[in-house]
Amino acid sequence: MFVPCAEPAPDLAGFTLLMPSVSVGNVGQLSIDLIISTLNMFKVGYFYTDCLVPVVGNNPYATTEENSTELSTNAEVYVLPSKKLVALQLRSIFIKYKSKPFCEKLLSWVRSSNCARVVVLSSSHSYHRNDAQLRSTPFRYLLTPAMQKSVQNKIKKLNWEEMEKSQCVPGIEDSEFCVRIPGGGITKTLYDESCSREIPMAILLKFVSEGDNIPDALDLVQYLNEWLQIVKPCIDDPTASVLPWKIPSSWRLLFGSGLPPALF
Amino acid sequence: MAATFFGEVVKTRCRAGTEDDDEEEEARRETPEDQEVRRQLGRKREVRLLRRQTKTYWECALLEKYPCSKFIIAIGNNAVAFLSSFVMNSGVWEEVGCAKLWNEWCRTTDTVSLSPAEAYCVFYHLKSNPSVFLCQCSCYVAEDQQFQWLEKVFGSCPKKNMQVTVLTSRHITDYKTSESTCSLPAPFLRALKTQNCKEPVCCPLLEQPNIVHDLPAAVLSYCQVWRVPAVLYLCYTDVMKLDPVTVEAFKPVLSSRSLKGLAKNIPPSTEMLRKLMTTNEVQSNIYT
Repeated sequence: MFVPCAEPAPDLAGFTLLMPSVSVGNVGQLSIDLIISTLNMFKVGYFYTDCLVPVVGNNPYATTEENSTELSTNAEVYVLPSKKLVALQLRSIFIKYKSKPFCEKLLSWVRSSNCARVVVLSSSHSYHRNDAQLRSTPFRYLLTPAMQKSVQNKIKKLNWEEMEKSQCVPGIEDSEFCVRIPGGGITKTLYDESCSREIPMAILLKFVSEGDNIPDALDLVQYLNEWLQIVKPCIDDPTASVLPWKIPSSWRLLFGSGLPPALF
Repeated sequence: MAATFFGEVVKTRCRAGTEDDDEEEEARRETPEDQEVRRQLGRKREVRLLRRQTKTYWECALLEKYPCSKFIIAIGNNAVAFLSSFVMNSGVWEEVGCAKLWNEWCRTTDTVSLSPAEAYCVFYHLKSNPSVFLCQCSCYVAEDQQFQWLEKVFGSCPKKNMQVTVLTSRHITDYKTSESTCSLPAPFLRALKTQNCKEPVCCPLLEQPNIVHDLPAAVLSYCQVWRVPAVLYLCYTDVMKLDPVTVEAFKPVLSSRSLKGLAKNIPPSTEMLRKLMTTNEVQSNIYT
């Protein structure tokens, strides 16, 4: 359930909800970190649930000593009212058998808070690509029917590739075709549930492998930005090809502590 | 998938957790018998609060029955030994209940009578001030049981006027720092506190990107979300078993607002700690 940091609870009617799927390479979560950090979104509440493994730490987006001591939990909600954006960040994995109940609770909250649309940032195993996918862009999108009506034309102009259907049971000749997102976590469940509940949802994903997935996260937010334009290029330097995505302070030591000098 | 140095292709473990396909596939193949086994396992893993004296279960949450101004929770053998030697040794504490739970690491028998050896998670209150509670938890509370533990202990009405203090220890290899962990002066303390906790802490706060898991994280998350003042003192140590140096590393906590006045008689405490170590020492090893 959503628990606000302070009363009254924020009014999220008409907002775009950005959220990650806990998926291969944690790309969705890294992307949401970049968005929250770059746009300096502020925390308005928690998504308190028994579905995620508990985790706490100090503020992952700290910029000063003063704001570094705010405690963060495993599922938090941030807003940027000027752009009508709300971001849900998930920081841990699902407890076994709890991913579907989580999706149900989440979508109920989306409905009750009157969010205009949901954008899920996700990833899928790159080793599952077929030959055609290997030769094309690593980005894919999916829209629920409720979303298609409003954004289909814009997406067409961007020349994006829709996620292809593949055999539901790979290897079986007469198997039906459906959308499969291996390594995508709850992406497929969220998509299916949103289709049946008529929730406007867009899935944006990248084919990735486990490793240093920071470049994948930067690519995915750039992909999202082509559509939503949430970050504009720096006016002072129009020649800069790279958008100013701010790396959060918590992205230090992603691959462990320093090495003992005696090793060398 | 990843290729090893020798050219073989192996399936690498996904950092995003268990493979979603496996859980979906499992759900599709589940028979009614599998579902019944799952239900029974769920019942076996249920967390229940027990009154050992009367061999009855608590019907309501622990803190719904009693007023609570202070709640001190020790999780793990070193934190438990610290509270036993320095706090419980200094006053008269009465047992009010015991959490009975079963998981792969903590296999309590499924009866109402728990032997002292199986009482891994015991709750006490101070006889002279019954609003001061203490929990000694030396068992592992699995991730699917942590939320239940919170519900059974704290209940559904969070008390914003109580102060929660959690003590626990972790291995130093869990601590991330730009220097090598070999050069760190273990054991050392770090703290995390909730937004509503105004009390000053007696050690540095836990620096990013370090995080806390398990029951301490569950308790702190609950307190943060429901605006209960709480502080976690975490001791990073290079010795995983019960160790006097690690236990004594918690001593600065005795000067905190939560524990002040609860610990007297420091020399007998050290004596009590020495006794605890002797009782817990392994008497023989494979070489004798």
